Amino acid sequence: MNMTDTIKHHLTPEILMAYSAGTLPEAFGLVVATHVSMCDVCRAELDSYDAVGGAVMEDATTADLSSDALAATMKLISEGNITPEAPRRSTGTLPSPLQDYVGGDISAIKWKPLGMGVKQAMLPTSKAATARLLYIPAGAAVPDHGHQGTEMTLVLQGAFVDEEDRFARGDVEVANEDMEHTPIADMGEDCICLAVTDAPLKFNAFIPRLAQRFLRI
Amino acid sequence: MNKTNNDWTAQIYAIRDTQDQAAFAELFAHFAPRVKGFLMKSGADASLAEECTQEVMATIWRKAHMFDPSRASAATWIFTIARNRKIDALRKQRRPEPEDLPWGPEAEPDQAEAIGLKQETEQLAIAIKELPEKQRILVEQAYFGDLSHSEIAEITGLPLGTIKSRIRLALERLRHAMK
Repeated sequence: MNMTDTIKHHLTPEILMAYSAGTLPEAFGLVVATHVSMCDVCRAELDSYDAVGGAVMEDATTADLSSDALAATMKLISEGNITPEAPRRSTGTLPSPLQDYVGGDISAIKWKPLGMGVKQAMLPTSKAATARLLYIPAGAAVPDHGHQGTEMTLVLQGAFVDEEDRFARGDVEVANEDMEHTPIADMGEDCICLAVTDAPLKFNAFIPRLAQRFLRI
Repeated sequence: MNKTNNDWTAQIYAIRDTQDQAAFAELFAHFAPRVKGFLMKSGADASLAEECTQEVMATIWRKAHMFDPSRASAATWIFTIARNRKIDALRKQRRPEPEDLPWGPEAEPDQAEAIGLKQETEQLAIAIKELPEKQRILVEQAYFGDLSHSEIAEITGLPLGTIKSRIRLALERLRHAMK
């Protein structure tokens, strides 16, 4: 996976901190893991939030373990499988975390046509939020796909332009339901994005209040 | 072994290089009660927290070769392992992870970088301790998972500057070396 040096639109601090804390819905975690795979700026910021987590854990109230815990752990170690894991590194267009969900690179995506050449593929995640891949032919506009709450769109191939800015490979746009935008794919290349939104019927405290926050930005 | 032997690097290297059980016992005595405390504050009951803590500590043994003190302190690294176990045990959802960097931990990580990172990490910990109490408690709650994400937005502005710059420079340097 080649790092994209040209990324201009990054993840927000609260999203990175929530990922570090381990409290993001799975679909948003997928956006973070995929973007960080391409973006050293956000990887460094995420590492620094992990350092905050380490400091918090270091100072937190401790809890005593059972008297045989060390022996039990040594037993786990002796029973465990210690084959080293191969590094996860993608050589394709999709970063590894996304390939894990697709079951391969771009060619493995099971597209469903939405009309006008636009296609989508839903990815299986927990119900708190939904993740889909979108395929927009060069020069075409993204149809209204009815997003509610917060939507994060990460560009994987090509680029799109909307009222806000231009978003190319590695860029992530964070939009909320009050943001009227009509993304249009660049002429040069068909655009593929990962779009994640909180499920419309799943109303948890995170999304509406996060959306309020974004309104102020 | 090295100059930074009070930061658990020596113990982790001893586990990696010689499967040193005494070094592991020292690491266990310090970190296992912290990991268990973290898991219980995050909502695990005592028996689940005990079981997960043992698994986290076993993972530390198995992944000792992945520890890189020029990128993360021992506490940071162990936190990420505990956090991952927390998600797997308490949230029961898949856990997307960024892909690995194109390099593994260096056999002999740059001492100056490792020491620099250690200092930055210590300064960050001090800065967090010195936050106004209300904000400090919010930070803790964010990591224990009982804070909504919008409330997390209220506590941005943590003093991450120098550590973030250092990590980023290390990433850039290593990326460059790979080309």
